[in-house]
Amino acid sequence: MSINATPTGADVAADETATRSTGRHAAVPAQRAGRRAKAPLSENKRAERRLGWLLCAPAALVMVLVTAYPILYSVWLSLQRFDLRFPDQREFIGLDNYVTVLTNQFWWTAFGVTALITVVTVAIELVLGMGLALIMHRTLVGRGIVRTAALIPYGIVTVVAAFSWRYAWTPGTGYLANVFDGSAPLTERASSLAIIMLAEIWKTTPFMALLLMAGLALVPEDLLKAASTDGATSWQRFTKVMLPVMKPAILVALLFRTLDAFRVFDNIFVLTAGGNETSSVSMLAYNNLIRGLNLGIGSTMSVLIFIAVAIIAFVFVKLFGTAAPGSDDGERR
Amino acid sequence: MADIVLDKVSKKFPDGTVAVQDVDLEIADGEFVILVGPSGCGKSTTLNMIAGLEDISSGELRIAGQRVNDKAPRDRDIAMVFQSYALYPNMTVRENMAFPLRLAKLDRATIDAKVDEAAKVLELTPLLDRKPANLSGGQRQRVAMGRAIVRQPKAFLMDEPLSNLDAKLRVQMRTVVSRLQKQLGTTTVYVTHDQTEAMTLGDRVVIMRGGAVQQVGPPQELYDHPRNLFVAGFIGSPSMNFLHAAVSEGRLRTALGDVAIGDRLRRQIEGADAPRELILGIRPEHFEDAELIDEETRRRGMEFDAPVDIVESMGSDKYVYFTVEGERATAAELEELAADAGAADFAGAGSSLVTRLSAESAVREGENRRVWFNLDKIHLFDPSTGRNLTLHEGRAAGALAD
Ligand SMILES: Nc1ncnc2c1ncn2[C@@H]1O[C@H](COP(=O)(O)OP(=O)(O)OP(=O)(O)O)[C@@H](O)[C@H]1O
Ligand SMILES: [Mg+2]
Repeated sequence: MSINATPTGADVAADETATRSTGRHAAVPAQRAGRRAKAPLSENKRAERRLGWLLCAPAALVMVLVTAYPILYSVWLSLQRFDLRFPDQREFIGLDNYVTVLTNQFWWTAFGVTALITVVTVAIELVLGMGLALIMHRTLVGRGIVRTAALIPYGIVTVVAAFSWRYAWTPGTGYLANVFDGSAPLTERASSLAIIMLAEIWKTTPFMALLLMAGLALVPEDLLKAASTDGATSWQRFTKVMLPVMKPAILVALLFRTLDAFRVFDNIFVLTAGGNETSSVSMLAYNNLIRGLNLGIGSTMSVLIFIAVAIIAFVFVKLFGTAAPGSDDGERR
Repeated sequence: MADIVLDKVSKKFPDGTVAVQDVDLEIADGEFVILVGPSGCGKSTTLNMIAGLEDISSGELRIAGQRVNDKAPRDRDIAMVFQSYALYPNMTVRENMAFPLRLAKLDRATIDAKVDEAAKVLELTPLLDRKPANLSGGQRQRVAMGRAIVRQPKAFLMDEPLSNLDAKLRVQMRTVVSRLQKQLGTTTVYVTHDQTEAMTLGDRVVIMRGGAVQQVGPPQELYDHPRNLFVAGFIGSPSMNFLHAAVSEGRLRTALGDVAIGDRLRRQIEGADAPRELILGIRPEHFEDAELIDEETRRRGMEFDAPVDIVESMGSDKYVYFTVEGERATAAELEELAADAGAADFAGAGSSLVTRLSAESAVREGENRRVWFNLDKIHLFDPSTGRNLTLHEGRAAGALAD
């Protein structure tokens, strides 16, 4: 409560000094003028905006019902000691669960694994996806076939694909394990992580490629022709013309994939079940929440994952601001 | 600077479209050549082949005497200006103009000096730090020009560079382009849709149709001595009037009356396989109000009466539209021209006659007026081949020539 009181009090005090120094009459018009300068809305524009809100309303309502409620409920649960095995001990304990989780070595190991998987897979997917996108964009003959073939991994259910990877790496029966002298890579940490990442990359590179291809379509043909006559090699055309123009599409693709990768679950669940310290944060939350029946700790982990994802999204959205090609945001600020 | 030679150059796209067919063209060093023709006739394709942006299917392209068919665009040392300007959106004006120089690995000081120089010529100096998105159409166009001139290439290729500007700006930029080209003396190939640009800018004009060159020559020559129906109808605004003409007993029966023909023409149309139907072409300025003609002039022409449809007074002269009876002139070329210009702009083959009379004429709408036209200036075309029959050793001689 005391934390909350301070800023409010400060605000009031600042308001009062402002009023005292400029006089009430001066302060009010100034404030109004400021608001008008920000949004000079005509009657027409305002009606349009109202219509916009109305059109959003049904979707917003559904969102509130199906996402806001669970989120708030998780937050509420995370503030309690609540283990279904000991329901009698349920009690409000404030932020104690957060302290428990954030000082726990398993959490940080899982966090490290998640971060590693996120960074490595997204980086490799970006490169491979760009290559695939360029190929799909360029091919003139058999475009449909090339695109379909490239998209097949993305169309397969993750769990099914994960099982096929697991069997492939199982010593004795798996074709890939046999290639490597019948070793059992899924029983060791490093090789397990590598296989998890491989499965992730194989599965989602097509999605990346699809998003990037949409970006490639944004690059005007004339721009590339101009660069050619200006003396650019194909590599220079790619780095100096295509990439800057595509930047918004690349950021969107990266955002989607980073958020997805950070929540990695099904591949790990099937391939290692989190053994040998290969758990991701989602895996850990699942283990505590569903298997351990510890609603308090599990919810705390879920909330932490939510916060991490929100931070990632926020950072990317900040980057978008100046990413639109030709915008002079950089100069105006 | 260099000359450009196209030797039987053709382009066939993978889908079988033949966009350019056996184009022969010699562009001298420092010459300003205009490519015109209706939409889809292969102008851009020709330009792209010269730039190296499209492969040449057959034939040879030589720049400065050297075969460049297989050279990449970056090795041809040619600058191109696009209709869309194609400015790099992420770079400032300065960076846009410096881009080709940076790629050529010039040192910083030289680059800055050259960019500043070009910016001064094109009055872009105050805009150097802006992004293209914050420029007007005319300014973007000038930046595109600037990017082309900074590196002093062997040739400029321009693909409808002024088409996206409004009419007033286009006139202004036309003089800029013309002055710039004269100053720099760089070989230039310029594609346009615009009559005025074609007539005023270039040393020579190349008229294309369906991938083939129809005629090459100085603008005035194309205007006065069109080799065929297509060229005659394409050049000139308002366009040439075309009338149906039936050959009978050494005379031409037309909606304007019977036209006598000279010996040379008679010999041409008396052969066994000669066409019995011709198309008579006459430009609007070769008509005159019969009241304003002296006897001497009157003898060189013919007169007819027709109802006046519309009078448009331009101050210096009057455009008068007459309705004439009789069969319409029909030929594939005329239909194509009408389709390209939009039927409203191409009145040439309609039943209405466009004339340009002097301002003193007292002509009024609705009346019947007597009009004279100059027989020395009429052209006769064979409707099946489009050939201009009045052309003798490259000069149009009119109907009466012996
Ligand atoms: N990549 C391609 N594949 C197949 N046909 C093409 C291709 N590019 C152009 N064409 C065809 O080649 C012909 C010439 O095209 P081009 O772009 O050179 O015309 P243009 O004279 O520049 O026309 P415009 O005045 O409209 O710009 C057209 O019929 C066009 O449809
Ligand atoms: Mg074109």
